[in-house]
Amino acid sequence: MPELTPLEIEALGLSLRVALWSVAVSLPFGLAVAWLLGRREFYGKTLLNGIVHLPLVLPPVVVGYLLLLLLGRQGPLGSWLYATFGISLPFTWEGAALAAAVMAFPLMVRAMRLSIEAVDQNLETAARTLGASRLGVFVTITLPLMLPGILAGAVLAFARSLGEFGATITFVSNIPGETRTLPLALYSLIQTPDGEAGALRLAVLSVIVSLAALAASEVLARRLRARMSG
Amino acid sequence: MLEIDVSHRLGQLKLEASFTCRAVGITALFGRSGAGKTSLINMLAGLLRPKRGRIVLRGQTLFDSQRGIDLPPEQRRLGYVFQEGRLFPHLSVRQNLLYGFRRVPAAERRIGLDQVVGLLGVEDLLARRPGALSGGEKQRVALGRALLANPRLLLMDEPLAALDQPRKEEILPFIEQLKAELDLPIVYVSHSMPEIVRLADTLVLISNGRIEAVGPLEELTSRLDLRPLTGRYEAGAVLTTTVAGQDKMFGLTELRFAGGRLKVPHLNLPLGQALRVRIRARDVSIALSPPENISILNVIPCVIQEIGEEKSPQVDLQLSAGGAPIWARITARSRAALDLKPGLQVYALIKSVAIDRQSLGRRDDIERFLAEDD
Repeated sequence: MPELTPLEIEALGLSLRVALWSVAVSLPFGLAVAWLLGRREFYGKTLLNGIVHLPLVLPPVVVGYLLLLLLGRQGPLGSWLYATFGISLPFTWEGAALAAAVMAFPLMVRAMRLSIEAVDQNLETAARTLGASRLGVFVTITLPLMLPGILAGAVLAFARSLGEFGATITFVSNIPGETRTLPLALYSLIQTPDGEAGALRLAVLSVIVSLAALAASEVLARRLRARMSG
Repeated sequence: MLEIDVSHRLGQLKLEASFTCRAVGITALFGRSGAGKTSLINMLAGLLRPKRGRIVLRGQTLFDSQRGIDLPPEQRRLGYVFQEGRLFPHLSVRQNLLYGFRRVPAAERRIGLDQVVGLLGVEDLLARRPGALSGGEKQRVALGRALLANPRLLLMDEPLAALDQPRKEEILPFIEQLKAELDLPIVYVSHSMPEIVRLADTLVLISNGRIEAVGPLEELTSRLDLRPLTGRYEAGAVLTTTVAGQDKMFGLTELRFAGGRLKVPHLNLPLGQALRVRIRARDVSIALSPPENISILNVIPCVIQEIGEEKSPQVDLQLSAGGAPIWARITARSRAALDLKPGLQVYALIKSVAIDRQSLGRRDDIERFLAEDD
């Protein structure tokens, strides 16, 4: 493949930045929600589960539009954020990261919940009898044992974020250098006369990045498994 | 002292347990599966919350429903060895061993890694992961991990039940050594009488969620009224003996007890070693006069103390050999034919090879433990 054009590098860099931030920001929330759903019984659990999974079943455009309503300058949360911290999310790459995080959240939570449910709670009680507090047990036993699941959730969320289109274009528009990630750049090229060659290059680039992420997670997962059993 | 008075409901089982015993040596909780043994020690450990009651260990209240006290498990400082080991798969054996130790304040660390590694013989395993250990090795590491948490009391829930006989033989000596070397009170749950006879000093009998009897092992195992609990097939008496001589030529060891001498298959033990021997009722026959020309080596003069309820075709006799209890299980027909009655002088015939080798337990000075109780 010939060298990347500056536009392609810009889109690729932006996509990676958006996806990484999306995963990093949603990771602690994903863990908390996975723990709540996997380990706790409480009133409204079904409702929480439903809300978490909503982005999976809603059209992405709807999610983007809801984000815009909520976080736009006139939105209830957006106006407060702007007045208090001077933060404005629409039409920024940070907003793109947030849109991607919301869309990827159900995938992340599902993977983590499965892994927390697979952790043997007998090991946790054993750790308690050895003098570890609840938090200590979570950090030293539960978290390490669910690491493969956390990794899987993060990779899924990363891949989903890289591909995010509908919510992103609705919430933060398609601004070159700010919110024009790989899929949006690809979409723009398809809309342009004679853009097919460039679109194909971007498509190949997307495939390569996604495959690389999957391969990296596979290697990490294998190392983790080896550490557990060897 | 360990005081327990709890009630709880577990499905069909109503657990109403109340007893007090000295927190010294090994206290065995014995009962059938489902009798409530594990629930009881889970309550002790703080893993199961009783509906109502009180648990006090050496003056410290661990649980009191009336006063609203319920110490979390990590503050109770009770070591727990589980039936299935429960080693942490993501940590090495060394990290497993040190898991509890690291959480003990430095001033309260009486037992250290080197001591435990030496005691349990696990130095070659330290770098390995639990996944690469055999069942017996796992259980030794689990035991070491609990010990290194420097507990005030060690709870063991059928620690040998998941192991085959050779593996059990591998672990039992370590538990005996613990008792001898560490001055650590142990509560030992089991449904295996041979294990308990070998290890325990005090016996707590549980049946259907109720405590049926608490007392010294020798005493409870020789009570006819408790026989349905201590087990019909397993019925037998426990004698405390010392090694009195070795017969090298025939490979026999002679044991002395209050009622005389017993010849048993060779035991590699020094003279004077205290030993607990269990003689099963079904291995004892009765004669009215000392028999001659007979292959049985052990002929012990006894007096009949008590004759158990006749459940044809069998009946159990409790005999006294110089004060030591021996049981005999004979047919009701023989009892009638010999006209056996309490007070009658008889001879107990015990086959040497029938003496329960698995239950031959070392008797280390239990008085030492008793003296150090609070």
